[in-house]
Amino acid sequence: MTAQQPGDTILRLDNIHKSFGDREVLRGISLDVHAHEVVALIGASGSGKSTLLRTINQLERVDDGQVWLRDLDISDPRTKIDVIRARIGVVFQQFNLFPHLSVLDNVTLASRHVLGVSKDAARSRGLELLDRIGLADHAGSYPERLSGGQQQRAAIARAIATNPELLLLDEITSALDPELVGEVLDLVRQLKADGTTIVMATHEMAFARDVADRIVFLDDGVIAEQGTPTQLFTAPQTERARTFLARFTG
Amino acid sequence: MIISAVSTIVFAVLIWALVVNTPGWSRVQQSFFDPETFVSAIPRVAAGFLVNLRVLLFAAVGVLALSLVLAMLRTLRGPIFFPIRALVAGYTDLFRGLPLIIVLYLVGFGIPGLRLTTERIPFETLGTIALVLTYSAYVSEVWRAGIEAVHPSQTLAARSLGLSHGKTLRLVVLPQAFRKVTPALMNDFIAMQKDVGLISVLGAVDAVRAAQIETSKFANFTPYVVAGLLFVLLALPTIRLADWYSARLRAREQVGPLL
Repeated sequence: MTAQQPGDTILRLDNIHKSFGDREVLRGISLDVHAHEVVALIGASGSGKSTLLRTINQLERVDDGQVWLRDLDISDPRTKIDVIRARIGVVFQQFNLFPHLSVLDNVTLASRHVLGVSKDAARSRGLELLDRIGLADHAGSYPERLSGGQQQRAAIARAIATNPELLLLDEITSALDPELVGEVLDLVRQLKADGTTIVMATHEMAFARDVADRIVFLDDGVIAEQGTPTQLFTAPQTERARTFLARFTG
Repeated sequence: MIISAVSTIVFAVLIWALVVNTPGWSRVQQSFFDPETFVSAIPRVAAGFLVNLRVLLFAAVGVLALSLVLAMLRTLRGPIFFPIRALVAGYTDLFRGLPLIIVLYLVGFGIPGLRLTTERIPFETLGTIALVLTYSAYVSEVWRAGIEAVHPSQTLAARSLGLSHGKTLRLVVLPQAFRKVTPALMNDFIAMQKDVGLISVLGAVDAVRAAQIETSKFANFTPYVVAGLLFVLLALPTIRLADWYSARLRAREQVGPLL
């Protein structure tokens, strides 16, 4: 991690709009994420959580509004996006590991082919990373040999191998068997302790409450309410948030 | 084991007896399976076969390269690339429809007619070009199917890591596509191994042409059998390899991911 002033703004979303066909999925979202902050996006399916994450690293281009990574407008079509994407790690619901590459090669791919790190340097850094998350024994294995939880941890290792300034987690435990969720959430806690800046979409309310610094409740493409976990979970201000949360506490 | 061996022997004897007892068998045996002609035809036919091997080698490399380029051009997205996609689609339609022998005539007699060079272009080269043109059309479709069979989430993951479109294709999509289409590629290769014999229509002295020459020398068809045998011997290893690989792929898919 590079030295950062606490309170540094890593990510700034400025009035983001995104439509698919004539359905407007994001209807003007503005959000600042500060260094070392963990922001959890909650909301019903179809509320725009995943789309919002994808607009952050420009997998989806915004129709209107800007995405700033520090002082760079990365939604500007003239921005060279490939190197920027290496500064934003993404972990997917379905892992999306590369099945034809070993776990270690999955982890080192971006370092070698985007950042141009030498094979040996990428390898030793990759092994160190895998060791830290307890997958050193599986460095040479192919993803299909790993359990779901191990695969998702390997996918997280792949996402942070380039030392990204921001980590996006898109429902990373939704495809896992319940008994495998714990090991993945433990790793996220560890990342938070290391000071990683995280924006995550999640359905794990208990986890969001436990690990997030801020909860952002999305409803129908807008931020309906946001605040600390305590504020949002114990005293939601809006009717929509109350209705949504009642389903989890009820 | 024993049952299958016995049944095979009985079956073979039956077929043999049937063929041998046909009224014209002795004459056919004489003109197609004459041991003396067989031996004396081997050197020239084998020399011709080397031409086939050379053409096969160059054509295989050429097909691999051209078909990959065609397949990648077809995966380009966006309206700006429409003319390129349409052109490639037209090409594959045309050359999958044209009989190879007609392509051979068109290339073999058309290209020299352009008088691009003062020297004569060897028939071998022209034959190779015709094979590459025809087979690239088939093989590019095989590639395209393979590329489309790789789940879009793989591309998404690769692009998220910062890999460019080209690197995503080269490092993530194509290696996976290659595995999926290897059996189909091998089948096309086996088909091409046989079709290299067609370059003889241009006048190249390959195995088929050499066999023809020997046949008229001995007034006996045995040289064709020699040539045919050489083609089969060449194809057998690839056929076995393709079978083995397909079986392995099937076995792996049935086991599924190990958890």
